[in-house]
Amino acid sequence: MNLSGWGNYPQIDSESIGLDKKQALLDWIDDKDEVIAFGNGRSYGDSALSQHVVLCRPHNYFLGFDEVSGLLHVQAGVLLSEILEVFVKRGWFLEVTPGTRLITVGGAIASDVHGKNHHQAGCFSNSVKSFQLMLPDGKIVNCSQSENHELFNATCGGMGLTGIILDAEISLTKINSAFIDQQTIKTANLRETFEAFEKYQDVTYSVAWMDCLARGDNLGRGLLMVGEFCDDGNLYYQVKRKPGVPFSFPGFALNSWSIRAFNALYYGRASASRQKVDIESFFYPLDAIADWNRIYGRKGFVQYQFVLPRASSFEGLREILKVISDEGKGSFLAVLKLCGAENENLLSFPLEGYSLALDFKIEPGVFDLINLLDQRVLHHGGRIYLAKDARVSQAVFEKGYASVDQFRDIRQHYKMNHKFNSLQSRRVGI
Amino acid sequence: MSMVLIVGARSDIAKAVARKYAGEGYDLYLAARQAESLQELAADIEIRSQRKVAFGELDILDFESHQKFYESLPEKPIGVISAVGYLGSQEEAQTSFDEAQKITNTNYLGITSLFDTIANDFESRGSGFMVGISSVAGDRGRKSNYCYGAAKAAFSVYLSGLRNRLNDTNVQVLTVKPGFVATSMTEGMDLPAKLTAQPEQVADDIFHAQQKGKNVIYSKWIWRWIMLIIKHIPEWRFKGMSL
Repeated sequence: MNLSGWGNYPQIDSESIGLDKKQALLDWIDDKDEVIAFGNGRSYGDSALSQHVVLCRPHNYFLGFDEVSGLLHVQAGVLLSEILEVFVKRGWFLEVTPGTRLITVGGAIASDVHGKNHHQAGCFSNSVKSFQLMLPDGKIVNCSQSENHELFNATCGGMGLTGIILDAEISLTKINSAFIDQQTIKTANLRETFEAFEKYQDVTYSVAWMDCLARGDNLGRGLLMVGEFCDDGNLYYQVKRKPGVPFSFPGFALNSWSIRAFNALYYGRASASRQKVDIESFFYPLDAIADWNRIYGRKGFVQYQFVLPRASSFEGLREILKVISDEGKGSFLAVLKLCGAENENLLSFPLEGYSLALDFKIEPGVFDLINLLDQRVLHHGGRIYLAKDARVSQAVFEKGYASVDQFRDIRQHYKMNHKFNSLQSRRVGI
Repeated sequence: MSMVLIVGARSDIAKAVARKYAGEGYDLYLAARQAESLQELAADIEIRSQRKVAFGELDILDFESHQKFYESLPEKPIGVISAVGYLGSQEEAQTSFDEAQKITNTNYLGITSLFDTIANDFESRGSGFMVGISSVAGDRGRKSNYCYGAAKAAFSVYLSGLRNRLNDTNVQVLTVKPGFVATSMTEGMDLPAKLTAQPEQVADDIFHAQQKGKNVIYSKWIWRWIMLIIKHIPEWRFKGMSL
C-alpha cells in the first residue's frame, strides 16, 4: 500500500500488518529489519514511513478507567478524539493535547507531543503513568518512571524507534466545562508578540498565530490566543461534521500573493476580544476541515518546526522571519508558542524558549530556503521537531539534540537498530 | 432497558456498530462463535458508553440451535443487527463444494434461519428493527466472488420479502449494502481510498438509516450510483469485463 504522512511528502510503497494480529505479527516481524509503527498518519513527514509498517489503529480497546483518579488504560491505537468523545461529557480532559485530536495514543507518546499548555504542563509523557513496549525480540516490557526508566525516557519522543507501544495508562484531568474563556490579543510586531507571551504566561493555554509574510515594521505581527477552561458546569460536547477539502488544490492555488492576501485579511479582520469558545475551536481548529492538507496540492508540503532557547529567541526569530518574508514563501499557519522547561526524555523536542511551526508547499527552491533556516536555527542554539520533519540532515539534527548518542546506545543495546527503522531514522542516522 | 442484539459480533463492522449503538444509549448483547474472544470488546464498550454489554455463543451454521439461542437471551432485544459474513475463496468454491456450501450457509441460510425466529417474535410483539448487512456484491455476479455475491443476493432478496411481509406491523427491516470497507476481510486488497469506507462510517450510516426508518442503504452512499451503472451494463458487454 502507498503510504505518506500528513504532508503527503514523501510517499512510499509499504507492506503492512495490523497490530491486533498478535501471533501473526510476531512471525511477520521476525525476519524484517525495516519496521516502524504507523498510527493515524498525522506526523507530517517520514517518521512513520518504512518498507514494513505495523498499523496500530486496529489495536484500539479501552482497557480500564478509574473514576476517582482519572487514570485511563487504553491500547495504543486509540485516538485522542475517541478519548474526548467518551470523557469530556463526564468531566475529564487530556492533560496534554496537541493541535489535532486525530492522533493515536501510541503516536502521542512516540512524538512526545506538546500543546498550548506546555509552559505549565510539559509534554504528553508527563501524563503517561506507564506503557507496555514490545522489543525487537517480541518480549513485552512495562515502562514507567520507576520501571525500565531508561526505556521510558528513550521511547517518549523516540519516534517509534525503540519498539512498538502496545498500551498505556494516561492521567486525565478534571474539567467543569467543555468551554474555554478565550482572550485574543493583537500584536503589531515581534516585540509586542513576545511581550504578550510574557505577560500572559500564568494563563494555562496560550498560542500565537503569526503573519510570517508581514515585512518591515510589521514583521512578527500576530494574534495571541490565551484561555482557561470555564467553570460553568456545561459539559456539552459534540463534534460537528463539517465539509472538508474535497480534492487536492492545483499547485498554483497557493502562492505568495494568495497567502499574503489571506494573512493580511485574517490579521486585519481580527480584533482584541474575549469570548467563550468550545473545545474544538480552541484546541483543534484545523480538525474541523477534513483533509486540509489537500490545499497544498498533490505534491504535498513540509512542515518546519523549530525551537530556540529563550535567550536567543527574539534575535533568532527576527532573522528567520525576515528570510521567509523576503523569499515570499510563507504559509497560512505560522504558529508560535512559548515552551516551558526541557524534560528528561532523550529526543523530546521542546526546550524553554520559543517554538515556531511553518508550512511550506513543495515547490522548486523550498528545500534551499529551509536549509538556510536550519543554519539560523543552529546558530541560535535551537533544534528541529522530528514529528514534523521530512528532510533535515543528520548534521543539523544531531547538533540540536545533546542526548542523541545515548539514544543510539540504547538502540544498539536492545538491537532495536536491526529491527525498527524509518525513512527518517535512516536519514538522521539514529 | 432497550437492548440491541448484534450477531456476527467479531467482525470489524459489528465492532463499530456496537460502539455506535452503545454510545447512543442502548444496551447490547453480542453474539458470535468463540464468544470468549468478545470479552475485551464488551469491556471496551462498557468503559466507553457506561451501557450494559453482555455476550454469548452463537454458531450461525448450527441452524438447529438458533431458536434455543434466541429463547435463552436474558431479555428480548428491541432490534437485531447482523454483521454475519464469510467472503471465503471463490477459487476454492469452484472446486470444493464444501467451501461453496459454507459461503452460502453463512451468508444466506444461517442468518435467515436466525432472522426467521426473530421476525416471528417481533411480528407478534408488533415492534422491533432488523438490520441485515448484505453487500454490493449481491447486486451483480462477477467472476471474482460470485459465490459470495449469490449468497448476499439471496439475503438481499430475503430482506426485501421480509420487509414486504412485515410492512403492516411496526417492524422495520433495513438492508445495508456496503461497498469497500477497510476491515480484516479486505486486508491486503488494494482498495481505492475514495470508495473505501471505514467501519465507523458504515456504523454511522446504519444508525442514522435505522433511526430514520429507511429500507435500503448503500455505504458509502456513492455505491448506490456505482451499482446503478454496473447493474445497467448490458450482459453481452458485462460478460467480457473484469470488474
